[in-house]
Amino acid sequence: MKDLGAPALMGISRVGKKMRPIKPDPHFGPPLKCTRRLKDIMTRHYFLSRYAEGAKPVAWVTSGAPVEVLRPFGFYTVYPENHGALCGAKKMGPELCAVAEEHGYHQDLCSYARIDLGHYFSGKTPAGKLPKPDLLFASNNICQTVAYWYKALSHYLKVPLILFDTPYNFREITDSDISYMVRQFEEMIPVLEQVSGRQFNYRKLQEYVSVAKDASITWGAVLATMKARPAPMTIFDAFGHMVPIVSLRGLPLALEYYRTLLAELRERVTRGVGAIKHERKRLMWDNIAIWYKMRDHSSLFAGQGMNFVTATYTNAWAETTPYMDENRPFESMARAYSLVILNNNLNSRLELMERLIKEYQVDGLVIHSARSCKPYSVGQYDLKRLLMERLEVPSVIIEADIADSRAYSEEQTRTRLEAFFEAMEG
Amino acid sequence: MDYFAGIDVGSLSTDVVILNGGGEVCGHSIIETGANSTEASEDALEKALAQAGIGRGDLAKIVATGYGRVSVPLADGKFTEISCHALGAYYLFPDTGTVIDIGGQDSKVIRVGEGGKVVDFTMNDKCAAGTGRFLEVMAAKLRVPLGEMGDLSLHAKGEVQISSVCTVFAESEVVSLVARNHPREEILRGLHRAIVSRVWSMVKSIGVSGEVAMTGGVAKNSGVVVLMEERLGKPIHIHSEPQIIGALGAALLAKRNLGDSRAKNPLKSPG
Repeated sequence: MKDLGAPALMGISRVGKKMRPIKPDPHFGPPLKCTRRLKDIMTRHYFLSRYAEGAKPVAWVTSGAPVEVLRPFGFYTVYPENHGALCGAKKMGPELCAVAEEHGYHQDLCSYARIDLGHYFSGKTPAGKLPKPDLLFASNNICQTVAYWYKALSHYLKVPLILFDTPYNFREITDSDISYMVRQFEEMIPVLEQVSGRQFNYRKLQEYVSVAKDASITWGAVLATMKARPAPMTIFDAFGHMVPIVSLRGLPLALEYYRTLLAELRERVTRGVGAIKHERKRLMWDNIAIWYKMRDHSSLFAGQGMNFVTATYTNAWAETTPYMDENRPFESMARAYSLVILNNNLNSRLELMERLIKEYQVDGLVIHSARSCKPYSVGQYDLKRLLMERLEVPSVIIEADIADSRAYSEEQTRTRLEAFFEAMEG
Repeated sequence: MDYFAGIDVGSLSTDVVILNGGGEVCGHSIIETGANSTEASEDALEKALAQAGIGRGDLAKIVATGYGRVSVPLADGKFTEISCHALGAYYLFPDTGTVIDIGGQDSKVIRVGEGGKVVDFTMNDKCAAGTGRFLEVMAAKLRVPLGEMGDLSLHAKGEVQISSVCTVFAESEVVSLVARNHPREEILRGLHRAIVSRVWSMVKSIGVSGEVAMTGGVAKNSGVVVLMEERLGKPIHIHSEPQIIGALGAALLAKRNLGDSRAKNPLKSPG
């Protein structure tokens, strides 16, 4: 499928839409130029989805699935988690979650899953329309919920599900773990050939793995610019700019985008331009973003002269993909995808957090205990205590949810954050 | 002489402490917050001023704390109750390393460092279990005056187990226990055990250091205190008016920190 005139259509769709004027917050430095480009890329991506159905094989994919293996078959990929975050940011979470709850799904189920199922039942989405999948592709390296969520989708949509099962890394990944995962890759190839109607091309897979690896390394370099004082962007910016590495991974477009973003950030570092005007304290964020509170929180912290300079979440897409090797695509993908933060033991998470705190000169830590994301939220109280003991880094835990704002209490969160600010000021 | 006031507008009560220039408490008040926290703060302040025998003009600085801290227009600054309870408890008991505050709608455990500074803290999540509200609901259900719950429970011969951690479900559990003629004292003891074990997990997550002080209205409940001391294995320091410790901390912050009453951000102390 070529562009199908999408950019032109996008232009038309913009006509008549009033751009909401955003009042500039005096605490922030000049905005990133790349933000506009990111918006165009993602709008175009969602726009193309309208024409994907029937023209291209469509796959719905979990954020941690080894999507590179789908790329040679020409799949148009949709990321329900990315869509869930979008719904969260657009404050549609409670509405879509409620639809899923009406169908019997429990409130304790992940809100990404409820939003996705709510979208399936109601057809409601801020993204126009999501193309119906020909294939579902999930990996349980981020949680077990995706296995059951995608099974439900497979049942409703009557399309095949490929589940990539990654053994949890308690101590270290063994050779038999790797061969278990490699066998799964080998077994999924015929299914992918059948669904897409295309023959598997090993050379192409190698190319996609190579591009994905480069994009991941470049994303890591983008994040590393925040080691500078003042940091050229905030983690709230990064939460937005991470979308291509999550949902366009393997495509040259993502690599190209991060090269442009990296150049802009490096230039800001050289000129000493900070994301916030007076960076007095540097913070780390743990867990997925609170999508419906992004703007409020970014202003709240900027107003205090506090800037989030690193997060375990954004780091997850830079952390293990450098293991990827186009000469051994399956083995290296098995390693890279099974060692991601949520499939790895708490000790390695503690070490990772310690390293980030030191490298990014972090003064304090904000831990989001997310009702949706159990694998991410488990162990946080221990991590908090251990980091306090080892590095004397003050931290605060806020109880909230990623996309369902009904699990968020403004007053309680404010009090916790203000107490944290008071403790930081001494 | 200059006077300083701390106003703690909580979900159940509004408390005021007046300090004189020497840092001594010369007046205090505790009233119900009711539906209008601005009015409650005015009334509580007037009451405390009358007790101190001074007028509003004698106050050099006022600091507000508690959930209603934003609705105290007369305050020169505001601080969270976490900082205030830490400082108040430290002021009364200088060896305090850990503060357990069980208030009306939340409970918290605070690790206190040098000078009464907050080192670390944790609070209950979005649930009233393990708070004063939990006991208030149960007291009403059992028709026991709130102030008598503790002593009554100490006379229990046995104890029933309250298995639900949810206030609403625990209430129905209590209803069925009453229906099965369980002695009121034993139910009370079970309820106190439930609140203590809820708060205990917070104590564990922060860790106990130094002496332990308890603040907030629930510290008046001897049944809760006894069970908490049992868990800790050591005595807990409690002031005769544990409800006013937040207001005391606020008054101390008024005295200590606010050099400039027009300081826009009270968090940034001038010195």
